[in-house]
Amino acid sequence: MPAAGVVLIIAVLLIVLALVYYLVSTIVALRQVTSGLDDAIAGVGEIIAKSAPVEDVVQDINANLDAGVDLLEGLLVKKAGLEDAMGLVEGLYPGAAAEGLRNFPGSETVTPPRISEVYTKGTLTLARLGREAPIAATSPKGPVLRNVEGGSLDARSLYPDNRQTRPEKLPRSPVIGTDAPVQYLPSEQRGGTTPDEAEMREKGPWAETAAEGIVPAELGGSDAPREMLADDRQLGSSVLGETTGSDEPATGSGIDPSAGDEADATSDGGPAPPEGAEPDLKDAGAAPRQVDVDSTDTNDGSAT
Amino acid sequence: MTLWWIGDVLLLVVILPVVVYLLKGVLDAARGIVPSVRRIAAAAQAGSKDLDAVPLLLTTQAHVTTTVEVVAGYGGSLDVIIDDAEED
Repeated sequence: MPAAGVVLIIAVLLIVLALVYYLVSTIVALRQVTSGLDDAIAGVGEIIAKSAPVEDVVQDINANLDAGVDLLEGLLVKKAGLEDAMGLVEGLYPGAAAEGLRNFPGSETVTPPRISEVYTKGTLTLARLGREAPIAATSPKGPVLRNVEGGSLDARSLYPDNRQTRPEKLPRSPVIGTDAPVQYLPSEQRGGTTPDEAEMREKGPWAETAAEGIVPAELGGSDAPREMLADDRQLGSSVLGETTGSDEPATGSGIDPSAGDEADATSDGGPAPPEGAEPDLKDAGAAPRQVDVDSTDTNDGSAT
Repeated sequence: MTLWWIGDVLLLVVILPVVVYLLKGVLDAARGIVPSVRRIAAAAQAGSKDLDAVPLLLTTQAHVTTTVEVVAGYGGSLDVIIDDAEED
């Protein structure tokens, strides 16, 4: 065999060896890729399986929260009115009124009043309790209701009792006054009589206010049992006195209401002088005082 | 005979380096994919582990429902207790 043929065979062998080496290495690398992709596909499959119910659950949560927001917005506007509601929102969260209420188009254009002048400090305090209670403000996680992980459940867990059960349902506020469907008559009298309709019609509107101001005993009025009254209750009857509860006159002869019609200041006025007493006339000849003269001029409307 | 030698030289000097170069490129590309695939697999497994908390959403869902019910109860009570704003 010529030398050139030997060299040719060696060259072909070198090429084949190179092919074998690199192709086998490539096969090994591709198998590693396949194995890695299998792991990745398994992980992605778990992600898909675990995240499948998320959409439904989140949509349900959002629907419930939307219902809560609708309820609170509607209640706030219904009770406070749109303008005051925006003022309350602005008072609690400055700048929030510009965004308006979600279910009230045009609310963003309402000029919010300075709510501190409309509502008392106590009202604002009650309104702040939900989000800015001191216990929430000092929490390292921030205000409770702003923390989606520590929502109202944490706040409710602070109280061992469910507040709704005590009482279960509050009674309606009583309507008082002459137009009230239920008239509460006082169980005790303190001076004078309780004006009835005829007396109120005769004396005028001022007498009606006396009836409106009475709180019945069962609602904690001044004549309620001691255990229902506060420690700083009003003074008792022993100090204020009380009427006899009878229309009979307290004196033997009683009061003659017609006596005033025949009264004479020259004979009935003043105390009876003692026998032989001389009237005090030492000032009769004196000139009138200047203040009396001025008073007379002022009453007459003319100058002297 | 001269042509044989020329052929040998071409094989050893041109064909063999070209073949080696191309095969090495394919091998490098295949080996470069491997780390990337491994990172993808690790990320997928980590993502799957993060989603282990998804069932807690059911608890959150129940709590939100309860909370909204309580709010509705309070709102209903307030609606009864507090007078409505006066209409202009």
